[in-house]
Amino acid sequence: MLSRIAESLYWIGRYLERADAKARVVDVHLTRIQDEPGTDQERQLRTLLAAMGVDPGDGAVTPSSVVALLAFDQDSPASITAALTAARENARGAREILSSELWEALNVTWHGLAERRMAAAVLGPQVFCYYVRERTAMTTGLISTTMVRDDGWRFLSLGVALERIDMAARMLSTPALAEGRASVLAGLLRSVGGHDTFVRVYQGAVSPANVAEFLLRDQLSPRSVAFSLAAAEALLRELDPGLDDRLGVADGARRALGRMRLALEFRSSAELLDDLPSLIESLLRLTSRTSDEVTSRYFGKSLHVRWAEEVAP
Amino acid sequence: MLAGYRFGAAWDEVYTADGAPRPTYGGLHEALTAAGPEVLASLAAFLGTVFRDQGITFDHEGVERPFPLDIVPRIITAAEWDVVERGVAQRVRALEAFLDDVYGSGLVFRDGVVPRQVVVSSQHFHRQAFGIRPPNGVRVHVSGIDLVRDEQGEFRVLEDNLRTPSGVSYVVENRRALARVLPELFGGHLVRPVAGYPARLLAALRAAAPPGVDDPTIVVLTPGVHNAAYSEHTLLARQMGVQLVEGRDLSVIGNEVRIRTTRGHQRVDVIYRRVDDDFLDPVQFRADSMVGSPGLLNAARAGNVTLANAVGNGVADDKLVYTYVPDLIRYYLSEEPVLRNVETWRLDTPQNIAQVLSNLGDLVLKPVDGSGGKGIVIGPQASDEDLATLRDAVEANPRGYVAQRPVRLSTVPTLIGDQLVPRHVDLRPFAVNDGREVWVLPGGLTRVALPEGSLIVNSSQGGGSKDTWVLASPARPAEPAPDPAGGESSVLAGADLTEPEADLPAGAGAPGLGDHVDGRRPLAVPPDLGPSEPPREQQQQQQQGRTTC
Repeated sequence: MLSRIAESLYWIGRYLERADAKARVVDVHLTRIQDEPGTDQERQLRTLLAAMGVDPGDGAVTPSSVVALLAFDQDSPASITAALTAARENARGAREILSSELWEALNVTWHGLAERRMAAAVLGPQVFCYYVRERTAMTTGLISTTMVRDDGWRFLSLGVALERIDMAARMLSTPALAEGRASVLAGLLRSVGGHDTFVRVYQGAVSPANVAEFLLRDQLSPRSVAFSLAAAEALLRELDPGLDDRLGVADGARRALGRMRLALEFRSSAELLDDLPSLIESLLRLTSRTSDEVTSRYFGKSLHVRWAEEVAP
Repeated sequence: MLAGYRFGAAWDEVYTADGAPRPTYGGLHEALTAAGPEVLASLAAFLGTVFRDQGITFDHEGVERPFPLDIVPRIITAAEWDVVERGVAQRVRALEAFLDDVYGSGLVFRDGVVPRQVVVSSQHFHRQAFGIRPPNGVRVHVSGIDLVRDEQGEFRVLEDNLRTPSGVSYVVENRRALARVLPELFGGHLVRPVAGYPARLLAALRAAAPPGVDDPTIVVLTPGVHNAAYSEHTLLARQMGVQLVEGRDLSVIGNEVRIRTTRGHQRVDVIYRRVDDDFLDPVQFRADSMVGSPGLLNAARAGNVTLANAVGNGVADDKLVYTYVPDLIRYYLSEEPVLRNVETWRLDTPQNIAQVLSNLGDLVLKPVDGSGGKGIVIGPQASDEDLATLRDAVEANPRGYVAQRPVRLSTVPTLIGDQLVPRHVDLRPFAVNDGREVWVLPGGLTRVALPEGSLIVNSSQGGGSKDTWVLASPARPAEPAPDPAGGESSVLAGADLTEPEADLPAGAGAPGLGDHVDGRRPLAVPPDLGPSEPPREQQQQQQQGRTTC
């Protein structure tokens, strides 16, 4: 697999997952904030932006400015539009490797964004978010049913797994857990699509500790951090051509993922909640460091050599 | 639908001057009339959506644009095609011989057929390519020979494209899209398939591999996603099953070309490059090129990699050399040209120059090294200002221009809005040379100038395209599928739904399977079904029971 193509596939995975996660977040949180006019709306919006890594600036923050930054604006790197544009651009450069259907799905999604933005101006951002969630679900389905399970698929899946860890950590950093109100926690669970499962597992006992535990380390939920850590570990293991784990794991990226997974699995529930701020930070650092290591190991680029023109004597 | 159809001085391929369809187009005329203008217009819109969704576009000055496919196909009969096929193959053979001569022994100069000065003054003559003889002698692996039909309906050669001709993907995609949107049009026509092109190209590229390489690694080299023909590069790579690489994926080490993969370096044997000569190798050509790879040409010279098409081919499609091609055909092949050139004048003597300058308004002036329709001035349509500018340019550099008689390109009905109107077309057949024969893709790209009266068909200047049907002659023997492996089996046969003769011969399928799949009886094991629910009536009665008590 060409290094350049591998890198494109990895980023298709990351951007696609990011678009999906952001669409869920915008959908759930904006609805909630607008439904509860009594709460300090602006503060909540600011913490949401901060969690997504966007500097809210000094100006007024309104629901529509947040939607613009996180969903609509092509120029805002944190927006869903930017993520889907980047996914499509990466796919455009890797078209001969993707299945035609997968390319077409990404292309059609991108072409449809402008129209949904216009519809959202009239009907509300939910229209846009619903479109994005539907299209990303379809695209993920095509990845699952049309891509051969070669290294290309592994790089793409690695991108999905790392992005999922990153987005889960960001969601946990919002003050929802600290506030501890059941409706807020339910919103948090809904935004990762895990509410119904949570209710079944904990018989509806919505507490900050339970929610943190569920989102961090449910072994069976595909959206838990531990689940994605294990998936990323397994993918890196399969990608490593000279694998020999007899005397420990040589691959630094995989070691770091494994250590973090154990740190989550072997903490008590109370410790999880107490250590949450430092855990969140470690998770965010872990994903960006893993990304760097994968990039330097597999996507290594050559420096461009500039050739000088002949110089007349 | 034909209410506004006006006939001009040009040859109309579908209708005779009294408005009756020519015999070839009888069936199509009926099908189009039966569909009616509204249906055609909505199908045309659907066709546009299909192309957009699949990303079949070309990139013009940084913007992705569709290359509109007109819904009315163009038909070429078997007899007409026979002339085109022979003429194109003949031309390619002569130009191959010419290139071999130019970059080798130079007999053509010694014998006074072409002045050496004409060749060495061409912008596309590259002395860096001198002495490189490709492994199987082929330099023009792929060519596109542009043809037009003149006022009498005769096919004439307008120009040759021997460097990196593009457009073949539209031939393949146009057919696929039209068959999907309007299958009923094909009824009653025996259209020869075009889907086999990538397999033919792959076979030719394999045949061009350096000696001793049995299973060559082939790549398509693209300048990148912003190239006008990028979507074509992806299509060819995908359908040939080879990697699409950019210059930055390549490195040349010890005169061997490698690609950088996630598992280390891998050697490359044949490069179907769609990067122009000037940008291919910064060591030899433009030093500022970021889309090539340093050292490629020396690797080719060392015989470790084959570049397809070869470097320096541009000298043979120079428009000044074009005027010598009929002589070249006679010189190298001892044959008369099958296809005539359009009448063209060289500006090589003071008398010629003076005569052309005094008739600028009646002539077409073409820059000899232009492509994509750039810089062409059509005298009868040009303003006085343009002509004055042109006069200065020609006087300053007569070697830079040739003068041509303006040909009124033939017209074919084209759907504009919901009206069929005549629009000018040309034809670019594609030829693939595998070293044994020059194969001409039965079809080719018909480009259509969409603005009324326009003669410029280039996609970058408002052109569209048409699906081009070459009809099979009833007597034609079945076409053997090309064989990329060079052995007996054929795995990549491009079967086409409109082509009965492309099917496998009877009995070639899996033996014994026919008993089951002929639909006479179902397979012995039926599909599994889930557990059945308790009878619905009982559940409903329970419900009713509750509500009543």
